[in-house]
Amino acid sequence: MIALWIIVGIAALVLLYGVFTYNRLVRLRVRTENAWSQIDVQLRRRYDLIPNLVESVKGYAAHERELFEDVTRARAQAQAASGVQDQAQAENQLTRSLSRLLAVAENYPDLKASQNFLALQEELTGTESRIAYARQFYNDTVQALNTLIQSFPSRIVAGLGHFEPREFFEIDEPARGPVSVQF
Amino acid sequence: MYEQIARNKRKTVAIVAGALVFTGGIGFLLGLLIGRGSFQVGLAALIIALLIAAGLSYYSYEYGDRIVLRASRARAVTHDEEPRLHNVVEGIAIAAGLPKPAVYVVPEKAPNAFATGRDPQHSSIAVTQGLLEMMDRVELEGVIGHEMSHVRDRDILLGTVVATLVGSVVLIAEFMLRWFWWGGGMMGRGRDREGGGEGFAILALVGIVLAILAPLIAQIIKLAMSRRREYLADAEGAMLTRYPPGLANALKKIAADNTPMRVANNATAHLWIAQPSRIPGEANHWFENLFSTHPPIQDRIRILEEM
Repeated sequence: MIALWIIVGIAALVLLYGVFTYNRLVRLRVRTENAWSQIDVQLRRRYDLIPNLVESVKGYAAHERELFEDVTRARAQAQAASGVQDQAQAENQLTRSLSRLLAVAENYPDLKASQNFLALQEELTGTESRIAYARQFYNDTVQALNTLIQSFPSRIVAGLGHFEPREFFEIDEPARGPVSVQF
Repeated sequence: MYEQIARNKRKTVAIVAGALVFTGGIGFLLGLLIGRGSFQVGLAALIIALLIAAGLSYYSYEYGDRIVLRASRARAVTHDEEPRLHNVVEGIAIAAGLPKPAVYVVPEKAPNAFATGRDPQHSSIAVTQGLLEMMDRVELEGVIGHEMSHVRDRDILLGTVVATLVGSVVLIAEFMLRWFWWGGGMMGRGRDREGGGEGFAILALVGIVLAILAPLIAQIIKLAMSRRREYLADAEGAMLTRYPPGLANALKKIAADNTPMRVANNATAHLWIAQPSRIPGEANHWFENLFSTHPPIQDRIRILEEM
């Protein structure tokens, strides 16, 4: 009789653990999806800024055509990218071409002094740091989710519930530390 | 983090309960005295006092952030007015996975900042004009990271309720103390007519109670807003920005600045990132130190630099 109760008790504990872990996995997965959509929002804000930025530089440095085409192409590629890896690669490309654009802008004192350009630059810096923070939050969440999926005994629950590990969003960092992006 | 949230909620409930018992007790005593020992009058006064305290508690929960903001003369700023501040707040909110708090600026030269609200969905961050002018982007991110940690840990709920509830008790105490001085004179005239010193005795008692009230309230604030939570917010803020020197440099600039703050007062002092002072000079006034809730700023800088 006592043995039966012990078995029932253990079964109940196992079930409780299963439910608890399952719910935690669901919570983390939802959080990961939210974090990803936050990255998406911020990336889109950067896409929206780029045409204005290009126009504003064009007004002072019209002959740097190659550069403008480069940025526009990188933007189109980034917008078309799908999947975490592809997106990260396309964003890297875009970040690099944007850095070149802003480096060139340094050579035009009139442009650098223009209110419009300064405002755009602040918006770009803000957006880039938001992307960095959104990425940080996303990667932290992915790490928590992946750890839970891969460690024992929670991996059994994850396997039963078909939870898949997520990919990290890796971009090359413009010397993290001061987030004030050094172009 | 989650235990910190739970602890803050527990403490908020305790503070509200304490305020209810305290005002209820005072009300009952006053009623007993006014009713010359009549239990019914005492009970009626107790109920009235409890109702007032409950109303006050609800008010400070619901509107505490607005009261604190107004007491600090904070003004809501748009994205166009302060693009850098808005961008930084939004970035750190994303890093913390929280909705973006409302953004306010306090027209003060001294560099300082605070957060208020009841939960992350109803939160505000206010910084002084001086802070905006003095800090570069990285330092500003450090300060906002510290404030965002207060938002996430619900320090803002406890801090705001303490500020408004305790603040209003201090206000009532001051009001009654003044009434005691004025009323004392009037009672003196009344004594000739009624021939009884009872009214005066009641007021004298209230006066004595209030005289010991101020340091007591200071102790309550100190107990509630333990110094540990400032260290904790520093550490968590540094985790959000992943760059401890940002906040360390900001604190250094704050420590080096001795500009007095006009809106500093004892009820809200614990909310600010660094102890505000109304008196110019390096040290705070002894009466302000009585309400000191902040660990020494040099210690905070040292810990951040060791990270």
